[in-house]
This record gives sequence, C-alpha cells and structure tokens, in this order.
Amino acid sequence: MATEILMPALSPTMEEGTLAKWLVKEGDTVSSGDIMCEIETDKATMEFEAVDEGVIGKILIAEGTEGVKVNTAIAVLLEEGEDASAVDTAKSAPAAAAVQSAPAAAPAESTKQAAPVVDTSPDWPEGTKLKQQTVREALRDGMSEEMRRDDSVFLMGEEVAEYQGAYKISQGMLDEFGAKRVIDTPITEHGFAGIATGAAFGGLRPIVEFMTFNFAMQAIDHIINSAAKTLYMSGGQMGAPMVFRGPNGAAARVGAQHSQDYAAWYMQVPGLKVAMPYSASDYKGLMKTAIRDPNPVIFLENEILYGRSFDVPEIEDYTVPFGKARIWREGDDVTIVSFGIGMTYALEAADKLAEEGIMAEVIDLRTLRPMDTPAIIKSVMKTNRLVTVEEGWPQGSVGSYISSVVMQEAFDYLDAPVICCTGKDVPMPYAANLEKHALVTTAEVIEAVKKVTYK
Amino acid sequence: MAAKKTSAKTAPSNVSPEELKAFYRDMLLIRRFEEKAGQLYGMGLIGGFCHLYIGQEAVVVGLEAAAKEGDKRITSYRDHGHMLACGMDPNGVMAELTGREGGYSKGKGGSMHMFSKEKHFYGGHGIVAAQVPLGAGLAFADKYKGNDNVTFTYFGDGAANQGQVYEAFNMAALWKLPCIFVIENNQYAMGTSQQRSTSSAEIYERGMAFGIPGEAVDGMDVLAVKAASETAVAHCRSGEGPYILEIKTYRYRGHSMSDPAKYRTREEVQKVRDERDPIEAVRTLLLTGKHATEVDLKAIDKEIKGIVNESAEFAKESPEPHLDELWTDIYAELEA
Repeated sequence: MATEILMPALSPTMEEGTLAKWLVKEGDTVSSGDIMCEIETDKATMEFEAVDEGVIGKILIAEGTEGVKVNTAIAVLLEEGEDASAVDTAKSAPAAAAVQSAPAAAPAESTKQAAPVVDTSPDWPEGTKLKQQTVREALRDGMSEEMRRDDSVFLMGEEVAEYQGAYKISQGMLDEFGAKRVIDTPITEHGFAGIATGAAFGGLRPIVEFMTFNFAMQAIDHIINSAAKTLYMSGGQMGAPMVFRGPNGAAARVGAQHSQDYAAWYMQVPGLKVAMPYSASDYKGLMKTAIRDPNPVIFLENEILYGRSFDVPEIEDYTVPFGKARIWREGDDVTIVSFGIGMTYALEAADKLAEEGIMAEVIDLRTLRPMDTPAIIKSVMKTNRLVTVEEGWPQGSVGSYISSVVMQEAFDYLDAPVICCTGKDVPMPYAANLEKHALVTTAEVIEAVKKVTYK
Repeated sequence: MAAKKTSAKTAPSNVSPEELKAFYRDMLLIRRFEEKAGQLYGMGLIGGFCHLYIGQEAVVVGLEAAAKEGDKRITSYRDHGHMLACGMDPNGVMAELTGREGGYSKGKGGSMHMFSKEKHFYGGHGIVAAQVPLGAGLAFADKYKGNDNVTFTYFGDGAANQGQVYEAFNMAALWKLPCIFVIENNQYAMGTSQQRSTSSAEIYERGMAFGIPGEAVDGMDVLAVKAASETAVAHCRSGEGPYILEIKTYRYRGHSMSDPAKYRTREEVQKVRDERDPIEAVRTLLLTGKHATEVDLKAIDKEIKGIVNESAEFAKESPEPHLDELWTDIYAELEA
C-alpha cells in the first residue's frame, strides 16, 4: 500500500520548516536509514531518513519550499510492485492528535470572610508531666525512638557515628544502633545524598545529616530532581521516604558561605515537605513525624538553638503533625508570624511590646510546607495587622509569600500594609558588629509593629 | 582487582540456540520500537526530547541475560531499550512517549522519566549521571536488607566525566555495594566525541583508583556482553563489591531527535551499520549455525512488527490524562 511521507517535526518546538533539498527522485528505491531530503528547521539543517523500504512514487513538495507545516505530505512511498497510480489512493496518515489543553483552572474559591477553621488544640493535654530538655537531646531522642520502632530507618552523614556528630546530635547513637545503621560518610554531599535517595527508592528510610545546609547545595540536584519529583514522574509508583536534616542559617561569625537560610528555597518545591522548628518539643515531635512521612522532608535546624532548653512533654511516642502552627502568645493588636530561630526575635519583641501595652499574637509556623495559612488568616482577621520575621534574605522570602496570601485572602481585614522583617540583602559578613546588623533584630520587629499599629 | 579488556568475536559456548533466538527477538523489538517512536515523533505524537537506542541494543539485552528476579536497573534518559529488555510492556512505554493515560507514568513522565516498580526499573533520569549514585543507593538498600540482589546502573561516556560518578565509585567500593556500573560508551557525549571530552581512552580503568575491577566489552556483540555480565553479576552477588563494565557501542541516530549530527560523517555511521550491526551479527549466527531458517526469522520479524504496531495504536488511542491528574502523585499518603 502506498504511504505518504509526512513533513517531520525535528525538534521539540518545530511547527514548520523549509524543504531544502531532495536527495532522492521519483522512481528511486529507498531502504530504512537512507537520507531522503534535507530539512531546515529554525535551529539547524537536518537530514531526514527513510523509515520504511519502498520506491519514491511521487514528490509532492518541491525542494526550496519554505514554511512547510509539520505533517504535510511531502512524498509518496510505494511498496514493491506498486505503480504510481497507487499514489492517488494513498491514505492520509492520521494527523497529530489535537491537544486538548484547557488552561488548568486554579481552584478559584471565593474568599469566604468567615474565619477559617483552625486546629488550635494544645500539643499536649493539661497536666502532662514536662521535663526540661535541649533541642539537641530532643532531636536525638526523636531519631532514636523512630530507629527503635522501624529497622529500615538509618542515619548517614559526615561524622555522625564515631565522632558522635559534628554538633553532637547523634551522641550515643552508634553505640545503640551499630555501624550498619549509623553510617559515617566521606565528605561527598552530592554522592551520599544520591545514594540515600536511591536507598529510599529501594525501600529504606534514610535520615541524611548535612553538617550544615550550606553544604547541601552540592546535593540539591538529588534533593529536588531525584527525591522530590520522582513520585510525580513515576505516576505514583515510587518516591523517596526520607529526611534531609541539619543546621540551617547563621551560626556565629562563620561568614557568608556557612550562614545562609534556605527556608524560602526549599519551601518553593512541590514534592518536598519543610519543617523549621523552634522549640525542643517541636524538634522531637516533628522529627518523628518527618521520619514516618512517606515523602522527602527537609528538616531545617539551627545551631544556636541546639543548646537551648525547653519544656518537653513526657509522653510516650510524642509526635507533632505537619501543617499545624502553634500560637505562643495570644494578643489582639498585631499578629507576628515566624518560625525557627526567628521566633526568638518575635517572642522577645512581643514581651517588650507588652510592657508598652501592645499585645501581639505570636504564631510559630513550625512547618513551611505544608503551611498553616488558615491560622495566619484567622489571627489577622482579629488583629488586622501582620509582621513576619525571618533571618533569610528579603527577595522571595517566606514573609513575602505569607504577605501575598494574606493580601489575597484577607485584604479587607488589613488596616496596614504587611511588613516582612528579614535578614539584610547582603552575603553574611564576618565582623561581629556587621553580622549582628545583617541579621534581623528584635528592635526592627518592634519598630515594624509600631509602624503597622500606628503607634 | 584488575582492569582488562575482554576479547570480542568469540561466541561463548554457553548460549543455546533458543537463547540466541531470544536475543535476536529482544534486540529486534527494541530496534523496531525505536524506529516507530522516531516515526511518531516526526508526526508530532511524541513531543519534547526523545533519545533513541538504535545501534545499542546488544548492551541491555546482553546484560539482562545474567539478571534474576529481584535485580534492579536504573539508567539515563536514553531508556526505552532498557525498559523493553527488562520486560516492561511496549504499550505502556509507547503510551508514555505520547503522554497518554495508559503510559507507565500516566503521561506525567515522558520519554526520559519512566519507572516500573513491578519490573524493578528505577528510571529514566534526565540529569546526566544522577542515576549513578541513585543506583549505588539501590544496591545499598539490598545490602542493608541482606539479600543477594544486584543493581545494574547504566550511564554513558558523557556521564562518566561527572564528579558524582566518582563519589559513587568511592562509596560503592568502600561499602562493597552490589552494583554493576555499566558505561555505555557510544563514543559521543551529545555532539562531543570521546577524544574531545575524555582525558583517558579507557574509561573502565577509572575504577582502578577505587579498587573496582573493570573491563571493556564489545557492545556490538551480544554474546560478549552476556559473558561479561555473568562475570560482573557473579562478582557482585558474592559480596565482593561493585564492578565496572565499559561497553563499547554505537548509536546510529542523533543524540536526540533534534540532532543534526554534524559532528560525525555519514560514512562513519554507515560503516558501523554495515559491518558491526549487533542484530545482523546474531542473524548470521542463527542462519550459519542452522539454528533458524529465513522462514523462522521472518516469523519473528512479523511478530515484532505486530507488537510494535499494536503499541503505536495503543499509544494513539489511549486518552490524554484527565486534568485532575495534574494534582495527583505530588505527595504520598501515610499508610494507615
């Protein structure tokens, strides 16, 4: 049967091209792989090969023709024994499927001005026995409890085993779990992040410690392209249940390459979950939730917080759900939203403001993806004012995202523009005075609150 | 530990006529499938990037000959051949190429991103060399679980220059991971020849620095590939750590569909096609050894043509994914 040879698409974006030159003529026999013609696309001149065997029955588009649309018949190929009269009966090959792509409608729910439903249940029941514990100990307890519970959980990273952790987070874990499950890696973030992601594909539940998240930039391709996207790319067949954890943001006097806050970076990625806790109980409860989560979780810790003590409930198997903010203090005058170490500035500012009679409601987001935006909206509907606090850079900050959400969902409730208190738009300097100034300060938070409350 | 070159041409005696016929069939399936994919691309039914495996068929078919149930495989974006060779359904693969609901990833992955949990095929990765540590990680998981599975980690001569390959080599050797690093050396990293991109001529020797044995194999000879695969698999299964196979092969088509291929001559390609084609070689062995007749082979050709045509029909008929699919498979739910 005679078949039409169609103008091919020779690049992802090609819609038409020039049929530059025929290298065969009518009556020629061609076999698979023979070049039939040269086609100029917008990028290059390409040779177009025959796929089937046959005889060129008729050339339909003369050489030199410009603007030949993809899928236009350019020649007719005859099978052995057919003559040119078959040309007229050549059946049209099916045209490319029409792409029915309606624009994906964003869920355009109208902003209900009823206060959103927010889970405000306390993290632990009243009367629960509490103990003082450092963030460092709480993290270790969280990991260790999950490793006792599930054999497929293991910890890998630089100096996590014999050295007992560069920041002593994994102290004692090698002794308890052995070298099979607490694994020292070479200094090779890209490689071990990839190996851990592969191990997660293979059914294990790795916890990857980065000595700091600054070094995770070497590994970010695996975090995002391999870990975060595989579930989607595989149509739900396989993903990476794992935790990437380590200190994030500024410590003290370690300069520009060791002081970056990555909250806003990771928060942007669908497929990742992102936790950035402040208190020891949240470090423990969120770590346990992170390890059980069947998705890759970015767990952003803070070196300065490691040694700080908080109340931790003495509850067996204490977990904290993702996407549930914690209200640290209630107030009617302004909402201050923060997370991680930013909470230290937020709470300090709120204390000082209270002395002046300005009552701030302070919300700790705890996780940035999922983010408890209903808790923010509900609070703003009460206070009508919002200040966000973080140590990261201003452009594309977590605060700027929150600000856009509040503008879209609670615009009518705002009595002042949202102010985002952030770190300064500079690489972190080394000098002590400059470093202090480069970070967000409590004074700036207080000033912002006064501005939005017109005090 | 030694790096060596396996001599090609010699047909190992441990191949039955039936196996030889199966190799012919499996390689032909890949070739015809890829030709069809090229056709569908030309018709606009397949979009984006599409990297064909034509010419390299003996690599995966030879490697798979030594695999057992439970073994894993992972590769780059030139992945159609690997999927067919490990038994994935041509319909599902072709429908993924056309971005349809019936595709392995429900149309959400495309040519470069396909997976099959059932067949232990872990992708289909679009970032050059990312699959190398991922493959070592799959092997890590099997060693951790204490089974004797191995992972075939495929990458190209181009990927062999990425730093993460050597990070993975180091840890794989350090931890004795059951991982076979298969370097499919088709001589061109996109449009840059090995001579212009790679300081050493023998990539398999690069494992020596890590104590990983390696060998070069004639990738146009499926029997040589099979023999090498058996050696590598035995090494890995016995717990001795990773193994490197540099399979010298050749791709007939461009790097991707939009490659004008100006970096090599037409004659160079034609010469390999005429003199070293892996499918022709097996065909000759079958006929000269009287293991099959022309009629037998015609029947295989016909069967393959049917399978490929059916896959193309399936890939055209399968509907586009429902718009709701945009929002699924972003997060896995916690199992209750």
